[in-house]
Amino acid sequence: MSDVVIKVEGVSKQYRLGQVGTGTLSHDINRWWYRVRSKEDPYLKVGESNDRTTKGDSEYVWALRDINFEIRKGDVVGIIGRNGAGKSTLLKILSRTTTPTIGNIKLKGRVASLLEVGTGFHPELSGRENIFLNGAILGMTTREIRNKFDEIVDFAGIERYVDTPVKRYSSGMYVRLAFAVAAHLEPDILVLDEVLAVGDAEFQKKCLGKIREVSDNDGRTVLFVSHSMASVRALCNYGVFMDKGRTEGLESVAGAVEKYLYGANQLEALAEYDGSNPTYYANADMTKSVKVNRVQIVDEKGEKSNKFRTTEPFTIRIEWSNLSGVACSPNFQLKSSMGVNVMIASDSPIDWDGNKKKASGTYLSEFTVPGGLLNANDYYLSIALDSHSPRVCFESHVDVMRIVIWDPMDETNLARGMFVGVREDVVLWPALECSFKKTS
Amino acid sequence: MSSHKDHEHWDLIIRPRANLFDLGLKDIWRYRDLLRLFVKRDFVAQYKQTVLGPVWNIIQPVFTTIMFLLVFGKIANIPTDGIKPTLFYMAGITIWNYFSTCFTTTSTTFVTNAAIFGKVYFPRLVLPLSVVISNIVRFFIQFGLLLIMMVYYQFNGYPIHIGLQWLLIPFLVVLMGGIGLGSGIIISSLTTKYRDFTILVSFGVQLMMYATPIAYPLSYLMGKSYKWVILINPLTPVVEAFRYALFGKGHFEWSSLIYSVLFMIGSLGIGSVIFTKTERSFMDTV
Repeated sequence: MSDVVIKVEGVSKQYRLGQVGTGTLSHDINRWWYRVRSKEDPYLKVGESNDRTTKGDSEYVWALRDINFEIRKGDVVGIIGRNGAGKSTLLKILSRTTTPTIGNIKLKGRVASLLEVGTGFHPELSGRENIFLNGAILGMTTREIRNKFDEIVDFAGIERYVDTPVKRYSSGMYVRLAFAVAAHLEPDILVLDEVLAVGDAEFQKKCLGKIREVSDNDGRTVLFVSHSMASVRALCNYGVFMDKGRTEGLESVAGAVEKYLYGANQLEALAEYDGSNPTYYANADMTKSVKVNRVQIVDEKGEKSNKFRTTEPFTIRIEWSNLSGVACSPNFQLKSSMGVNVMIASDSPIDWDGNKKKASGTYLSEFTVPGGLLNANDYYLSIALDSHSPRVCFESHVDVMRIVIWDPMDETNLARGMFVGVREDVVLWPALECSFKKTS
Repeated sequence: MSSHKDHEHWDLIIRPRANLFDLGLKDIWRYRDLLRLFVKRDFVAQYKQTVLGPVWNIIQPVFTTIMFLLVFGKIANIPTDGIKPTLFYMAGITIWNYFSTCFTTTSTTFVTNAAIFGKVYFPRLVLPLSVVISNIVRFFIQFGLLLIMMVYYQFNGYPIHIGLQWLLIPFLVVLMGGIGLGSGIIISSLTTKYRDFTILVSFGVQLMMYATPIAYPLSYLMGKSYKWVILINPLTPVVEAFRYALFGKGHFEWSSLIYSVLFMIGSLGIGSVIFTKTERSFMDTV
């Protein structure tokens, strides 16, 4: 017998858009009539993939389309994807709050799902009463809860309030209690949906620790949906990347995270620019003194790319021509996706006034941005060919390329260390030169 | 391709469509603790932050009885089969209340619990069952009041007839609860798609009360042409039998009670099949 505990076989889920309940009677009757004649449901044939950005023709969409994967005992699997990719629908089917339209899922052992913390909490009941009620809703028996009661109260850290109605709790306490109950469920398969998004940092850490403990020590299987790549990377050993209701199945967590981060940034995913889109000429008669011929972004090995790890250096190569013998300093600028100009750099350290490149001809200028400096983000690259004395901007190419810097979130990222979490607000996350010594 | 994997044991297979008659009764048994806690919750939570608490259970039938005494007794002057009018109305109201709360509360099972149903699985039938059980507690409180009144009137010239017919009472309560539950879950399943039924229930129950001999005895209708309306009502025999059991007076036939029993079995059977079919995917339509 294999140790596969979850087997998803060809699962699809169709939803009807628009108002349900009006005008469905005719569809219901039609459907019923087809079924009576043991024909296939006519509405299953229609339906489009679930792309919420484009307006479709069909009333029916496939929220999930032909999902297949297997999960073995003890695996912690992160399910990731953009909003509307079908993650929650999949979890809903797994936790049996709805059914697939086609296909089936086979499961071994007891499944507990935590799609929301505090499901069924009654505001008027005390913490104690809610622990029992919530535990029972999640499938525990009263005896199991009684055995775990002290542990739950302790984990939540609400001992003093245990006999107070939960409506008087702070939202943090409420969430702590709710997660504490769920964390002590001891199911064979635990399904979690983004529950860690709540609570303070300390509690989040505690939750992550608990989940890891559950899978490491007890060999339980965990399915975990999150938008926090840091949590997924820290917690899971496999990933399922979903996109518009489809998935390629189980893969390494690094692979899935990479797909998620890359896939979201397909736009302008070019590692080369041919200088055809200048936004600014200095000369009034539009004749060119200088001209950008080609811009490439390359990695350490000289391979063209526009996606780099935070730990990886990359080089911007500008091929340009000096057409009329002017002093010229090529330079570039990086702007973060939040519109912040992050850096500007030219080759003035080696050519103070640009006079060294005064001779007409073609040049190759290279700038290397070191690894371990920028935080994960998207950056827009602008290129300019300037003269600094007298100050003239010959040619400028604004936001012509996009560079994606992503965080592998593993041990290679020295700057991050064991920190779990995403800091999208920060531009630089460098691995600085640092030191410490014991002073007493 | 029917490899060895087909012989593997799976604890659970989630399919698009389940067997029509697989009601998951075993599952309900496994969740019996939840059933108990729901009953407790219903009862405890309802009276938190009220001054009178469970006393409200008594106030409602008392005032309804007074109203009936006034309207049907004094104004309409309808006879009460020789039973003391206060007791007559109170008995009818007590058993009717049990039915109507069971029916109206279970009929909104899916809609009112959509939030919790959408997040976690447990056998959905647990909820309507808990409603019926927690209402039994309320029924017994009101029934206790009725007994106190009967003892009071014992000393005022209306002796209590204690006899074997009292054994009918638990059976009648189960029957009333069963009919309420059965028809309630049928309606609740239909409500997930068509909300029209919610509106229908809210005034339907009121109309139904007038079609049940609560405020008048069945004997009052003898020889009237519209009597059949009251007779096809499966609740009529239950109410009449309830009063017969308590006071030894009234219209009671085993044959008509069997009609009620068949109706209960029928509605529970159809109801649980529809209900389990609905619970699997109602989240998509509710």
